[in-house]
Amino acid sequence: MEPALANLEVFAATLLELARGDSDLLVVTSDSRGSAKLAPFAKAAPGQIVEVGIAEQNLVGIAAGLAAAGKNVFAVSPACFLTARSLEQIKNDVCYSDRPVSVIGISAGVSYGALGTTHHSLHDFAVLRAIHNITIVAPADNFETREAIKATAKLRTPAYLRLGKKTMPHLPRPVPGFELGKASLVRHGTDISFVACGETVAPALAAADLLAADGIECRVISMHTIKPLDDAAVLQAATETRGVITVEEHSVNGGLGEACASLLLQSGIHTRFKIVGFPDDHTVTGSQPEIFRHYGIDGLGLAATAKKLLSS
Amino acid sequence: MLTESQLQRKSVQYRQALLRLIKTAKAGHTGGDLSCLDILNVLYNRILRVSPETFKSPDRDFYIQSKGHCAEALFVVLADRGFFPKSDLETLNQYGSHYIGHPTRDVNGVEQNTGALGHGMAVAVGIALAGKIDRRDYRVFVLLGDGELAEGSNWEAAMTAAHYRLDNLVAIVDRNGLQITGSTEDVCQLAPLDEKFAAFGFEVRRCDGNDVGDLVRTLEEVPFRPGKPSLILAKTKKGKGVSFMENVAKWHHKVPSDEEYSQAMAELEAVEAALK
Repeated sequence: MEPALANLEVFAATLLELARGDSDLLVVTSDSRGSAKLAPFAKAAPGQIVEVGIAEQNLVGIAAGLAAAGKNVFAVSPACFLTARSLEQIKNDVCYSDRPVSVIGISAGVSYGALGTTHHSLHDFAVLRAIHNITIVAPADNFETREAIKATAKLRTPAYLRLGKKTMPHLPRPVPGFELGKASLVRHGTDISFVACGETVAPALAAADLLAADGIECRVISMHTIKPLDDAAVLQAATETRGVITVEEHSVNGGLGEACASLLLQSGIHTRFKIVGFPDDHTVTGSQPEIFRHYGIDGLGLAATAKKLLSS
Repeated sequence: MLTESQLQRKSVQYRQALLRLIKTAKAGHTGGDLSCLDILNVLYNRILRVSPETFKSPDRDFYIQSKGHCAEALFVVLADRGFFPKSDLETLNQYGSHYIGHPTRDVNGVEQNTGALGHGMAVAVGIALAGKIDRRDYRVFVLLGDGELAEGSNWEAAMTAAHYRLDNLVAIVDRNGLQITGSTEDVCQLAPLDEKFAAFGFEVRRCDGNDVGDLVRTLEEVPFRPGKPSLILAKTKKGKGVSFMENVAKWHHKVPSDEEYSQAMAELEAVEAALK
């Protein structure tokens, strides 16, 4: 897979392109323009970036107010703070009040690695899935990031985008195109399915390549939109292959995996099924790749999980 | 535009309508509604450049009620100003009604869904900032309860308002001095609020928040200083206008009994008669 850019960098560049064509597009940051790779944006479009200081509740409340006055707002801050400290502002000021704010959680999941749990966001899907009126997106690569930013800018309803800071490979796209709420197929396969999102799609694809050497053909799906979930893609994966493994950089509680489990059970489909994510435990210390490896979110770990599931 | 004496009569009529509403709905934040009603009266009948016809105009003045639990007072005033039929309020708190215990945008005239405290100021700052960016002349008024000033989010937003020199922002504190547990100063000392807001970069004025004349004179002077957000510390009485409710913490969200209701309405009728 060809190395590309961090999704964050693609986000910042895409936003600047959009801002040039839309003077009502505003970015709000909480001393986070550097982390969000928005320094070039601030230089090129100084009138379209609002700084509120290290105050995430304020960030989201002000973003809602700007949107109430007709602005198309991107509220940008590390996901760990944005979806915890300012959760009530997301719930009430944005979602309940139906303001077109795109909440951008940067350096999401365990991107901050050894900075520890204060800087990890392994809860964001769970808390936001339970809030009405918000689209939740975790793009897997540069292409999905770019398309997701463009799509949410047009959405004019609340959205949450979760972006990592690691350089991401370009993923194959046997079926071209991107649509919010429609999963992207990354690899055809009929033996077992990986339904992954964000930065876990690449390791799922790595596992698929390893398993192919053993004659196991995996379907790999990028479920970039966690809500609304692409029910059809999950149901097809469960009925057209012999098992489903969900993969996410999130707690196993309340995220993509449980969304899929709920769908399958309520649809009366019983299949081999495994949720791969972060267990309900203190998160191990280390860099993001080390943490991924520890929890089996790498090619080898996911390949082993698939073999075990298929033999069960 | 109502004269001062007309505003005084309106305040009494609003109090009567408010108590009828709370009595019928069997719920409401009676004490706080009564303390802020004169402020709402003056805003909607004298100050705000907004009407049902201009409510969606990008140049309208905005009103955000951060102390959302006093929705009944806002609903009474909005109904009187023609934002929706007064009869709509008969459904307050009923199954399926848009008229609930906090303001929502489902109610015509309401700008922002509020209810959780400490949210209105930041939203108002965002609207005011957009006005500056777009070079529009609108003003943004936000009504804060004094008890809710313990929420740190207010102070984050206050800092931003001063930083961006939002002189189109007017924050009004309904300084009734009581919250559900008792005196605001016993629960978590707020004083000196004037010095605190001044230190945060606001130009501060005090006024009698239950005196429509004083409110008019104060509000007609905003912005108090170019380049600075305005803060009005409006001294009010919780339960204002009904003798046995005034400054009594238990009336925070108590509904009057039949006897209390009759007595309250009789007091208000006497005040109304004296104004004629």
